[in-house]
Amino acid sequence: MYQYDSFDQAMLDARIDEFSDQISRRLSGELTEEQFKPLRLMNGIYLQLHAYMLRIAIPYGTLNAAKLRGLAHVARTYDKGYGHFTTRTNMQMHWLKLEQAPDALRALAKVGLHTIQTSGNCIRNTTADQFAGAAADEVCDPRVWGEVIRQWSTFHPEYSFLPRKFKIAISAAPSDRAAVQWHDVGLYILKNEAGELGFRVMAGGGMGRTPLIAKTVREWLPQQHLLSYLEALLRVYNRYGRRDNAFKARIKILVHEIGIEKFQEEVEAEWQEVLKTFEDIDPREVERIARFFAPPPFETLPETDEAYEAALASDPEFARWVEQNVHAHKAPGYAIATISLKATGETPGDISADQMDAVADIAERYSFDDVRVTHEQNIVLPHVKKADLYTVYQQLKALNLATPNLGLVSDIIACPGLDYCSLANTRAIPVAMDIQKRFADIERQRDIGELKIKISGCINACGHHHAGHIGILGVDRRGEENFQITLGGSGAEDASTGKIIGPGFDYDGVVNAVETIVETYRSIREPGERFLDTYRRVGIQPFKEAVYGQN
Amino acid sequence: MARIEIKRQVQHETTAGVLEVEGQLEIRLREDESRNWTQISDDAELPEGGAVVVNLKRLAEVAEDPRFEAIGVRVAAGEDVRQIAPHLPRIRLVELEFPKFRDGRNYSSASILRQQMKYAGEIKAVGDVLADQLFFMARCGIDCLALHPSVREETARRSLDRYKFVYQQASDGRRPIWSLRNG
Repeated sequence: MYQYDSFDQAMLDARIDEFSDQISRRLSGELTEEQFKPLRLMNGIYLQLHAYMLRIAIPYGTLNAAKLRGLAHVARTYDKGYGHFTTRTNMQMHWLKLEQAPDALRALAKVGLHTIQTSGNCIRNTTADQFAGAAADEVCDPRVWGEVIRQWSTFHPEYSFLPRKFKIAISAAPSDRAAVQWHDVGLYILKNEAGELGFRVMAGGGMGRTPLIAKTVREWLPQQHLLSYLEALLRVYNRYGRRDNAFKARIKILVHEIGIEKFQEEVEAEWQEVLKTFEDIDPREVERIARFFAPPPFETLPETDEAYEAALASDPEFARWVEQNVHAHKAPGYAIATISLKATGETPGDISADQMDAVADIAERYSFDDVRVTHEQNIVLPHVKKADLYTVYQQLKALNLATPNLGLVSDIIACPGLDYCSLANTRAIPVAMDIQKRFADIERQRDIGELKIKISGCINACGHHHAGHIGILGVDRRGEENFQITLGGSGAEDASTGKIIGPGFDYDGVVNAVETIVETYRSIREPGERFLDTYRRVGIQPFKEAVYGQN
Repeated sequence: MARIEIKRQVQHETTAGVLEVEGQLEIRLREDESRNWTQISDDAELPEGGAVVVNLKRLAEVAEDPRFEAIGVRVAAGEDVRQIAPHLPRIRLVELEFPKFRDGRNYSSASILRQQMKYAGEIKAVGDVLADQLFFMARCGIDCLALHPSVREETARRSLDRYKFVYQQASDGRRPIWSLRNG
């Protein structure tokens, strides 16, 4: 876990001072609402349907017990006692009073948390693989570079008024768990034959009303040049990105309109200029940051543990949870445990203050004080001894945090939708809950296998519906909620955009249609095929016919 | 920290094509004195001499004219600042327009002028120049800030002085935190 030093802390303190000043100037009328809006957004404060919302940055999705307890405290003191994890691995609280914002920010700053650049047309929180530092397949810990980017992008003087928001994701493993290709800039860290690390830089991915998957701008960027290259890439975007229409202002539209070759050319030319004066980050600083992400002191353990094996044999529910929610760890005798925040009847991604405190205790005791947030709105205990897994499971179960549904049909991403958001056209959370209820039988879910349903309550696509194996998009049709279904999207290394199956459905119809699609898959799948594999093999037609009839 | 000199801009005499600015605060982060510039609007007639500020289109026309003691150029948001390169030796002032404070294109123009074109003359931000953007502007190498009338002097000063450290290299010569950390 990266620890703030006096420099980082001074930046945070100055920011709170600045924002407090801005709030008082707004309240005195010195700032107009139009002038104030982008300032509060860059401090993570939105005006929603019922109240202000506070969006707290969780850089590269990494938390520890102290931070989690800090979040719990803020949720209790300044909100309604719970928080909501987002697809940007941030936490949102939806019931803030504006005049209490500076106090809430000070409480967050005490545990090294902030809301900086969680909104606005600037560089947002960089997300990373939630298994970083624990996954067997990674070439390095991508969070080191996530922290380098966090510092470089914080209060960047040239890139704080971009045409539109700018999101970066980073992964160092061949299995993409961070939806890298759906980002404005997606970074894959690779190792070449000489053993050197570098980046494959992709750009122009994004969802919204024009879903586009990122294209490769550079196959290989030596790691020491990351910041100079990003300087150049952002400059090209800042200068040439469209500003005439907010819906066409993301970098994806620029890349699409001028073409990837032209974009590459522009970035390359700009980079050559930047390199003449820009001093890339000192390797000593990268090493300093890397020390914070050094592996914890793992014990030398055998691959498995007797008591653990015994628990697996005697408690089938535990065995089911392990099979679904636990992943292999790079260190023998350890495991990665994902805590599903998708219990039936609960809002996807929500966690209560009491649960946060309890997870903090568990993480401290059993996971080297390390907790991760996933873009799929779950949390992870990355380093649990297999010998401790059963105890951890039992404690989680008592907290209603041991739902064994990771990657299954009920592990749904949903945006806040009309329940909170002023942009939404439809509800999203209740749709997710109804689908969860329909598929409540966990054995049926397990039989269906991996199936990622993602729901957005409007075209802005915060619920990542374009990347859902089954995507659901809520639209307004003559004042009625209407839900369009897309099939075949993916947010993994094989990223793809879902295709619309046909006319939309009303609120009740959408859950029926999802069930029909799932049952169609069950009837035509070949052994070992996931939903996505079957869809890619047979195409949309069989599903269409099942949902709408032969004609 | 650079010297901050705040002055009220004097009102120019109104002749055809002269832009009138009244009672505006201007922050200068430069050592030299401001000249008495005459703003030439897009298609207005040129005066007989003096220091003139023209738009990018008319730059070539005035740049080689020896009657003018100094040349300034106005760069609108979205215009390519690199186009002034051929005339750089004659230019003493580049005005960067911020039509809306949210339009950040000319931050990049300032960076290009300072870092790539090695321009050392005055760069002035004009338009919707508000207190909360001054620090960013100064960091990008803008050294004269013609403030929007709504901005109070005290607020502007606070805004410029608030951050003791910076995380990234820009055009103001400040060392980024990573460099301070590593000696």
